[in-house]
Amino acid sequence: MSQPKTIRVLFVLLSIGASLLATSVLVLLVGENPIEVFGHIWQGAFRNSEATAGVFNFWIPLALCSMGLIITFTAGLWNIGVEGQIVAGALAASWAARTFVLPNEIQIPLELLLATAGGALWGLLIGILKIRFGVHEIFGGVGLNAIISVYSIYLIAGPWQPPEGGSAQATQPFSDYALLHPMSSQFPVSLFTLILTFAAIIAVYLLLRGTRWGLQLKATGKNAKSALLLGVPTTRTTLTALMACGMLAGVAGAYRVLFTYDSLRPNVSGGIGFLGLLLVLLTGMNALWTPIVAFIFAAILSGSTRLRVSLQLDSSLAGVLQGILVLSMLLFNGLRQRLFERRRASAAPPASPLDVQPLVSDSKAASGE
Amino acid sequence: MNSELINILNSIIANATPLVIAGLGETISERSGVTNLSLDGSLQLAAMAGFAAALASGNLLVGCAAAMLVGAIIALIVVAANIELRQDMVAVGFVLTLLCADIAQFLGQDLAGQRVPPMTKLNIPLLADVPVVGPILFQQPAIVYVSYILIFVIWWWMYHTRGGLALRAVGERPATAFARGTNVNRMRYVYTIIGGALVGLGGAAFSLAIKPGWTTPPAMRGEGWIALAIVIFGGWNPFRVVLGAYLFAILRALASAIQRSPDIQIPLVLLNMLPWMLMIATLILVSSGAIDRLLSIMPRPLQKWTRNFLRSEPPAALGTRFEQD
Repeated sequence: MSQPKTIRVLFVLLSIGASLLATSVLVLLVGENPIEVFGHIWQGAFRNSEATAGVFNFWIPLALCSMGLIITFTAGLWNIGVEGQIVAGALAASWAARTFVLPNEIQIPLELLLATAGGALWGLLIGILKIRFGVHEIFGGVGLNAIISVYSIYLIAGPWQPPEGGSAQATQPFSDYALLHPMSSQFPVSLFTLILTFAAIIAVYLLLRGTRWGLQLKATGKNAKSALLLGVPTTRTTLTALMACGMLAGVAGAYRVLFTYDSLRPNVSGGIGFLGLLLVLLTGMNALWTPIVAFIFAAILSGSTRLRVSLQLDSSLAGVLQGILVLSMLLFNGLRQRLFERRRASAAPPASPLDVQPLVSDSKAASGE
Repeated sequence: MNSELINILNSIIANATPLVIAGLGETISERSGVTNLSLDGSLQLAAMAGFAAALASGNLLVGCAAAMLVGAIIALIVVAANIELRQDMVAVGFVLTLLCADIAQFLGQDLAGQRVPPMTKLNIPLLADVPVVGPILFQQPAIVYVSYILIFVIWWWMYHTRGGLALRAVGERPATAFARGTNVNRMRYVYTIIGGALVGLGGAAFSLAIKPGWTTPPAMRGEGWIALAIVIFGGWNPFRVVLGAYLFAILRALASAIQRSPDIQIPLVLLNMLPWMLMIATLILVSSGAIDRLLSIMPRPLQKWTRNFLRSEPPAALGTRFEQD
């Protein structure tokens, strides 16, 4: 777009300001001082190196999921099922951690491999429901999320409960050889997964930029029907996109159980998948900006976990702040395009990356019937 | 009929009421062409706001009004972002779903455990004394009677008035409706906002009548998605949407009855999955492929009836934006 950069930056700043203002109003409603609350979030996130490591511990799964979501969004898919794919990965990794007794160097790759398989399977199911059975991926995803989440709670309270009796809070902690290890006690982050995450970011960036598959994803996302007529295997592209996202989300799930916790917990994803969706909407699927903004989101998330201790405030404030931020970014973006277009009435409106998609009966286009 | 069964049927009607009202609200919104995907979050936020307002004022009507206002504002954001700012309604609706759920949890953190006397059962004179039907349908909280009225008013408006014809036209062929002098976007504003207000009322039905109070996490989490699926299952027809909501409540009641019975051992986990499996199964059932396959194995006389019953065609212009000027 030929719009001056300053205007775009101005609107980004405007929307950040508006969302801080709106969040402040909500904080005032519960009788707290917004400045103090934001200060606490900042403190919670960056007060020392261990806290900063905590930010990374949210960033790793969030970045993994959002890179996966860039793939599915590019293919024109609303992969709300990413939450379930995280849980599926966590379940598969937990199963491996409980089942095998191997040296750490072999056990960890095996667990991660199974986690990718679990996530990919849960992604594939959404794709099959969509293509074969005509269930829109939003509803397939919501249903499958709930199903696997219920199943994980069943495992925690039932077959996998600690021998001394289940509290339904966690499974028996996994043995040390099955867990990811921190690189140092001052900066407890798993170096192996950190490297893996950077590799995933670069891989997705390159895949979308320079491969045939990336092109097929874009074609399917822009117009599945024309893509099919031009020889793009849209069915296969849809399925592989969901599986690729599921694999990355699966690794994120494995990270949650093998590092963040040491056991399987209920609600193991912690909403990170949904946050990834918001994030990718915010960055407009930009593969370079997404990991950077993910760090800001991770800082808000990590910083607000201590709000309950320090101010007796519910940590859902993180979600409030992030949600308002994304909403105001979408609205201000629309406003900017609207104002710009008024000045040049003849210019065609820029196509939204997430173009209008009916919620039902688009399976025909995707499966090429 | 024994009294236990009548009690169960009575509670099925009551339990289905929030889904009935929210489903009707979403139906008229989608009939005008606007998908309000924020249902799950708006139900929670409206339930919270309704409960808080009722707590502060001591008046349940104020609570309902507050919930409707919240639902209407959320719907206004969805439709205005789409019409004025050209944002994808699915994206805005999805962000609002998550945001409203978080706002509800954040603002409602001190409401857990508080109590407002919930809506009491109100017997309708004469009707309540009719055997069987009376105790099931007419010994209910007031909100249930509101839902009965809404069903008929919305059906009548949609299929028997000029306004309803215009509503359907706007969702099917906006360009044609516009050419015939209908202000398409104004209609979409009106119906989406009314629909949002009804979704809000559905939220109030939860927190003030059916599952009184407020908890963290809220008891109605996930219901909004089910309501959205019921609208599809109902083929955007108010009667069928309501039927879907009642069927859903019946199946849930059956499941919990099975769970209580000592003879049948079904793990609890399966029962908690059931609503979601049902949701996916019903969506498969109304998809075109499944109907065709079902019809091919049906005896001829039943074919037409089955097709008419299961056919679920979305309004042709659902989810699209109309460029009015």
